[in-house]
Amino acid sequence: MQKIEFVPRRTFLAHLVSSSAFVIGARAGAFDFNGATTAEMVSDADKAAWNPNVYLGIEPDGKVILIMHRSEMGTGSRSVLPVVLAEELDADWKRVTLEQAIGDPKYGSQNTDGSCSIRDFYDTFREAGATARIMLERAAAAKWNVPTSECKAQNHFVVHKSGKKLGFGELASLAKQQPVPKKEELKFKTAAEYRYVGKELPTADRDNLVNGKGIFGIDAIMPGMVYASIERSPVFGGKLKNFDDKDAKAVKGVLQTVTIPDLKGPTMFQPLGGVAVIANSTWAAAKGREKLKVEWSESPNAAYDSAKFKQSLLETVRKPQKVVRNVGDVDAEFAKAAKTHEAEYYAPHLAHAPMEPVAAVAEYKDGKVVCHANTQNPQAVQDTVAQALGIKKENVECHVTLLGGGFGRKSKPDYVAEAALLSKAVGKPVKVTWSREDDIRFDYYHTVAAMYMKAAIGANGKPTAWLQRVAYPSIGTTFNPTSTHAEAFEMMMGWNDVPFDIPNHRAENGPAKNHVRIGWLRSVANIYQAFAVSSFVDELANLAKRDSVEYLLDVLGAPRKIPFGKDYINHGKSLEQYPVDTGRMRNVIELAAEKSGWAKKKPTKGRALGIAAHRSFLTYVAVAVEVEVDNAGRVRIPQMDIAVDAGTIINPDRVKSQFEGAGVFGTSIALMSGITAKNGEIEQSNFHDYQVARMNEAPFQVNVHVIKSDAPPAGVGEPGVPPVAPAICNAIAAATGKRIRELPIRRQLA
Amino acid sequence: MIQLTVNGKKQQFDGDPEMPLLWYLRDELQYTGTKFGCGMGLCGACTVHVNGKAVRSCQTPMSKAANQTITTIEGLSASANHPVQQAWRDHNVPQCGYCQSGQIMQAASLLKEKPKPTDADIDAAMKGNICRCGTYQRIRAAIHQAANGKQASNTKGGK
Repeated sequence: MQKIEFVPRRTFLAHLVSSSAFVIGARAGAFDFNGATTAEMVSDADKAAWNPNVYLGIEPDGKVILIMHRSEMGTGSRSVLPVVLAEELDADWKRVTLEQAIGDPKYGSQNTDGSCSIRDFYDTFREAGATARIMLERAAAAKWNVPTSECKAQNHFVVHKSGKKLGFGELASLAKQQPVPKKEELKFKTAAEYRYVGKELPTADRDNLVNGKGIFGIDAIMPGMVYASIERSPVFGGKLKNFDDKDAKAVKGVLQTVTIPDLKGPTMFQPLGGVAVIANSTWAAAKGREKLKVEWSESPNAAYDSAKFKQSLLETVRKPQKVVRNVGDVDAEFAKAAKTHEAEYYAPHLAHAPMEPVAAVAEYKDGKVVCHANTQNPQAVQDTVAQALGIKKENVECHVTLLGGGFGRKSKPDYVAEAALLSKAVGKPVKVTWSREDDIRFDYYHTVAAMYMKAAIGANGKPTAWLQRVAYPSIGTTFNPTSTHAEAFEMMMGWNDVPFDIPNHRAENGPAKNHVRIGWLRSVANIYQAFAVSSFVDELANLAKRDSVEYLLDVLGAPRKIPFGKDYINHGKSLEQYPVDTGRMRNVIELAAEKSGWAKKKPTKGRALGIAAHRSFLTYVAVAVEVEVDNAGRVRIPQMDIAVDAGTIINPDRVKSQFEGAGVFGTSIALMSGITAKNGEIEQSNFHDYQVARMNEAPFQVNVHVIKSDAPPAGVGEPGVPPVAPAICNAIAAATGKRIRELPIRRQLA
Repeated sequence: MIQLTVNGKKQQFDGDPEMPLLWYLRDELQYTGTKFGCGMGLCGACTVHVNGKAVRSCQTPMSKAANQTITTIEGLSASANHPVQQAWRDHNVPQCGYCQSGQIMQAASLLKEKPKPTDADIDAAMKGNICRCGTYQRIRAAIHQAANGKQASNTKGGK
């Protein structure tokens, strides 16, 4: 579903391109990762309108301006999609300027989430580039009065076979007059002709990120702005009873206090409510907040105790639950099996903890809001701010800064609505910066999960029946308070799509209630679901006394495409285009094993390799990791080999960097990160007790091996994470004989 | 009145002497290259040089910055061409880039003290600087490059 048109210069482009520029717009029909939950926010009028989401402008001076509608949080979207377009346009990359789009439904989905920027916009960007190139070539042909076939775009010029040439800028005004070619007329470069795609290029923002000039949300300034620090109920759902701000107001620099209304109805992206201290500096606001005396009403979540909740989740998964996938007859096989094996797994809440906490500056004036925010989703900012202030979303102008990490936290714009509400109250632009304590204690937490696994063991130690049962508070609870079970998109993340060749296979999902805000975090439900599945299959390999890689390949079975039904979401992509292909899975397992030296490095006491593989975000990933466990039970990771099949690759260096980073992110999850609650309050508050991997704790070396493929592009931001923790735990089992069934590992090996 | 030098310029401050140097740099002088990460000296995002040595600006009250010479990422080199910055570019180190000002200031300080650091020296000097994107191996490779004065192909950190 794509459409490309010549675009008359529109008002919303006016500040970005000049009136003489040649402008092309293109549109992709994008699947939104969060499916129905966010689709409701898009009005029918928006759906009906023709909304291009790629804009390309060529100025008379030859400058190519590309309007980038996806957010940059470190995953490289600004360094990859524009390259696709510049390639097909045959532009000189050095003369391409990126302008960051404001939030506007005209661009289609701007929700930079779900590892989909390339997957959903690759074709559109290619077609936009190829369209503009043909129009430039035709413009030159018309000017020279020669056949178009004799004219070819080359590095920012159109060159005639005689050798004469005209620059893109010189042709811009003529290209505007050319009709827009049909899709069938477009010609794309062959891989051999690529100058940028598949090559290692510097990232778009590299220089500004080593000289301190990159502007993040926390750096955004609006003239005359004041600063806010907000005290919120330590228990989710607590309401403001009363407060005394006398001492707070006595702090030098504090201007006033403002209450933010209690959260009502579904959590959504609404602010939590609280008392804000407004001051003339970040410091004065924080100091004033310390002096506030606030009393909160008792919340129904005040009894939340994560240790007790763990037991209730485990009790849930010990009993039969809702069946989400059923193959053969698991119960009959268990009844007659000579040998069975069972295990329970548990994974805790996690906080996103991006290095830059959420921050926004907003100004409310004459019924309109202008804001600058480190958001993954500027259109959700428009919706959320509009709803909080009772204005139309067209009256919310959201500028997107660089994001100092996101990991899913920054697609939930509660903090931008806080800034807008406060600006309306004080009549000035207000900057809201969350402290690290705010970030850790008031997150939309990655959920907490318990898993029960059981297998009947047949010949050669292979499972003849496999049962997997999981329970966790769903992300659905954030949008629908009556939600009890997991959403379909959570189940597709490594639960109802386990690609094993087992004749009797049942997956189940039990109910669970939320007591904190639940949100999606880098790779989402895949984290705990892959932890259980990939750990359990390794337990069975150990039980059978078979090599873990050989056993995994055996259980995976022959190369084949698994015909999951139409209920399988597959990130909105067809199984024809993006199959669940065990052949590709086998390839990454074999490659990771080979590169790790699997065959040669046999386990010794305290040192061993482990393997895990997982398909997520349509990408196949295998992790082979070497661990060393010392006598004190400390884990060191000298080497990790990650094999990846993500289909077509644009910028190999950015793919590698994402998987290097996933190796570290997954190591944090495996070894040290965890959020707990007592009396409804989160017990962690900063990096001393919510620990993430530091240089000396991270894998010393992560080697990324990317399989060359011309399959459609899949995802790279998230799929590296899920197999890391089970691979580490499998290696630990091989090195020590101790099976880790609960994350994080922390002192379990001491 | 507190007097100090920031990036070669003399400055005066008559506000709260308890205010951390971090917020003075960011809110008052608008040197926003120095980042807030934790406010407790746990993450290193706010690292600047005080008299040439890496210091956590979130843990340095203005009273302690009096009469000191402060260098931020904006003042590390005339045109962002310090060997550490150049090595960061060569290795495409930054992902989101937020922690990188602090990482670069910490690394520059390390190289001043130990011009040829070992891997263990680098771990010891850099473990206070968290990178949530996980760019550590490129940081290590870039520090080795900056120390050796040229790009060593075998330490390109995955590139």
